[in-house]
Amino acid sequence: MIKPELQTYKIPKHISDYPTGPSYNAGHLVSKNAGWRTFKPVVNLDICTGCYQCYLLCPDGAISKTTNNKIQFDYDFCKGCGICAHECNFKAIEMLKEESSK
Amino acid sequence: MSSNISPELTGKRVFISGDEAVAEGVRLARPNVISAYPITPQTIVVERLSEMVEDGSLDAKYIHVESEHSAMSAAMGVSSVGARAFTATSSQGLLYMAEGVHYASGGRMPIVMMNANRSVALPWSIYGDHRDSMSMLDSGWIQIYVEDAQEALDMIIQAYRIAEDPSVLTPIMVNLDGFVLTHTYEIVEIPPQVDVDSFLPIFQTPNKMSLEKPKSMGFSTSPADNMEFKYQQHMAMLAAKNIIETADKEFEDLFGRSYGGLVDSYNCDDAEIVLITVGSVTGTARIVVDNLRLKGIKAGLLKLRFLRPFPDVEVRNILKNVKSIGVLDKDISFGFEGTVFTNVNSALSHLPKRPLAVNYIGGLGGRDISVSDIEGIYNELIEITDIGKVEDSTRVRYINMGVEIDD
Repeated sequence: MIKPELQTYKIPKHISDYPTGPSYNAGHLVSKNAGWRTFKPVVNLDICTGCYQCYLLCPDGAISKTTNNKIQFDYDFCKGCGICAHECNFKAIEMLKEESSK
Repeated sequence: MSSNISPELTGKRVFISGDEAVAEGVRLARPNVISAYPITPQTIVVERLSEMVEDGSLDAKYIHVESEHSAMSAAMGVSSVGARAFTATSSQGLLYMAEGVHYASGGRMPIVMMNANRSVALPWSIYGDHRDSMSMLDSGWIQIYVEDAQEALDMIIQAYRIAEDPSVLTPIMVNLDGFVLTHTYEIVEIPPQVDVDSFLPIFQTPNKMSLEKPKSMGFSTSPADNMEFKYQQHMAMLAAKNIIETADKEFEDLFGRSYGGLVDSYNCDDAEIVLITVGSVTGTARIVVDNLRLKGIKAGLLKLRFLRPFPDVEVRNILKNVKSIGVLDKDISFGFEGTVFTNVNSALSHLPKRPLAVNYIGGLGGRDISVSDIEGIYNELIEITDIGKVEDSTRVRYINMGVEIDD
């Protein structure tokens, strides 16, 4: 998946550390955002046809195409909404409960 | 018709209205996009600009938006790609775009907007007072109030220079009194384009969307960061004070006209009584001061040209030895007093010895403020000086009421 690399967030120490107004370089990624996920989608690649319906409908852009014309999830940003599993016409995606230890 | 002034006539003197002077100033400032919705008494500004775009004398895109909210939203889009935006409005239109007005200043977008000062409904009124812009005093915009058509044209040009300064990056509202200024014809000098171009270089900012350096613009903050952005915005507005003074001096060097920066004081050096004004009524007050001076009365006049950033230091310095002041407000903050009065008093509260201060509320909904009204104010200031105090019950006075009111 092509996405900006996660960077360490530098806590501002002085007012000049803030940008001029609420705007900053695009792709400045400093934190993962999937902590509240209860169910995680898991794809069965034997069933997946690569129709990309889930890829198109994922509200968070957390699904990407793979080189073998299938899909993969970005679990750093998937919120576990289940839209992909609901929309998959081939029932290739299953929502599994996250490990309680996570 | 000002729109028929060909570019080679710039540098000449023409007979145009305040609205047309604004349009000429905008043409000289070369905005990339104008997004505006017509509203009385601003309409002529956008009509002229529309004609200028049509006839090719202004190389800009004119967006006919469906509302003032859209006008400001489009202007923000323009500014966020690093282009120069202009819009204009008045009264109900300003209030309708209020959400965007705050948004633009918080986003540090140096948009310039003309506002034709007009009363706010209800009662419905198309005539002038300052209640529209005063209600937006805390919106984070620099607020300029001009006295005549020439100052209107000149300040549109200066406004871009001030707003786009990297230390400021704050939008500016240029206010003209509805009808009294917008629709009155005066001799106005159109500065040469070449001089305006040297005064006002092409807008450049790193704070913009671009394909080379994509930005995430206008993001949200958690409580951990919001206050820092607001503090920064406040500091930028205060930093504008120096830029305003510099711009005024450089403008004078190029065009021979200086307006004094944040304030314009008239006969204040040895004055014992001073009237503080905002906008076009200053012109009437100048005549009164001239007459009083001929009679040997030490009368002065202080025009507040900017209400944000507020010229607190200038007000203190000019009024520190004055005995009595009157503050003329074309607005009223219901349940308290005139907004300009509150601001002036706050600035004066730092002085060890303060002048006696009276608030004169007048001109609401387009009511005239005449020479005799202002003479009456100065006469009262003379009386107050003699008595040496102002009763709480008479600190706020209403000029030119049409009926008797209870004390």
